Amino acid sequence: MKVRDILSAFNLELAAGAKGLDREVVDGYCGDLLSDVIANAKSGSVWLTVQAHQNILAVAVLKELAAIVLINGYHPDDATKAKAEEEGIPLLLSISTAYNLAGELFSAGIIRKSG
Amino acid sequence: MKLSDVKDILKADIISGEEKLDIEVTGGAASDLMSDLLKRPKEGALLLTGLTSIQAVNTSVIAGMSAIVFVRGKRPDKAIISHAKKHKIPILSTPFNMYTSCGRLYAKGLKSITWLP
Amino acid sequence: MSDIIKEFNIKAGDFDHAGEGSMEIRTILKSQGFDTDIVQRVAICAYEAEMNVVMHGGDGRMSMTIDDTGIALEVSDDGPGIDDINLALTEGYTTADEEVQQMGFGAGMGLPNILKNSDHFDIVSQKGRGVCLTMCFWIKEGA
Repeated sequence: MKVRDILSAFNLELAAGAKGLDREVVDGYCGDLLSDVIANAKSGSVWLTVQAHQNILAVAVLKELAAIVLINGYHPDDATKAKAEEEGIPLLLSISTAYNLAGELFSAGIIRKSG
Repeated sequence: MKLSDVKDILKADIISGEEKLDIEVTGGAASDLMSDLLKRPKEGALLLTGLTSIQAVNTSVIAGMSAIVFVRGKRPDKAIISHAKKHKIPILSTPFNMYTSCGRLYAKGLKSITWLP
Repeated sequence: MSDIIKEFNIKAGDFDHAGEGSMEIRTILKSQGFDTDIVQRVAICAYEAEMNVVMHGGDGRMSMTIDDTGIALEVSDDGPGIDDINLALTEGYTTADEEVQQMGFGAGMGLPNILKNSDHFDIVSQKGRGVCLTMCFWIKEGA
């Protein structure tokens, strides 16, 4: 599934980073502690978080994440949006909770198959 | 959903609060950010978190949550376990990460706790 | 009911004991038979206020008073104070360092959470002069 498919299928809003809408999504990651995301998130994941500051883009680039979703209605500031544009990483918004959105994505099959 | 079902679905170990395995959890909540959990009370909710700290226990108790599951196999230290026992909140640990834990519980019918603004 | 007053000291930087005052406040209110809604709202506010003192430097104090009208909390500290109170009340605005943010706090939601969960909220501060928060929770008729 591509990021653009997730955008429409799960009622998300695009805040920035349209360039990256064709990135493939193969997994999901939930977490708000940056050190944990850096240690454990896998490439191609859509990252669900409430952290809205621009450091999240550095993490997303480092870990080659597919996209970031700010959940619970959180909004990024202008600096964060600008960084998302610059890096071409989609920054999506959701009014859903992390639990709910993770549940829906997982149920739609967005989970890395172990092998 | 009973806490015992949560334990099975998440292949979790019960670290403290074995006597509370038959309590009902009213919904799921997943967060590492304590202030986000404190926006409004979340009576009876199950907390899924990677933050193994005393503050995760305090936040859960203060927000009215019913149990804590530490994800990614994280295990709290003795001080945290004793604090949780004192405040009567059960603790579990699951090998799954937060995303997969949410997914597995959601697929078995545990809905999200409402996050009132 | 005669007034009940409890006081707690808060030590800046002491994350191991942060929250103890608030947890005790919660226990006291439950034992006094207050309903769940008011206990949770008071506890949330006490906890956020207590964490702010621990996070931002300067020791502080928390006091709770219970009387027939309700519960009042006062939290004050000897920390660096707040330069721009309106900014501090904005969700997401924080001066907390990264170490604190890794503990699950410092995301700029403490004061907004207190505002949301209290019936009356007052904040007095000056840069270099610490902060004093007053929060009131009214007992509803028949509660």
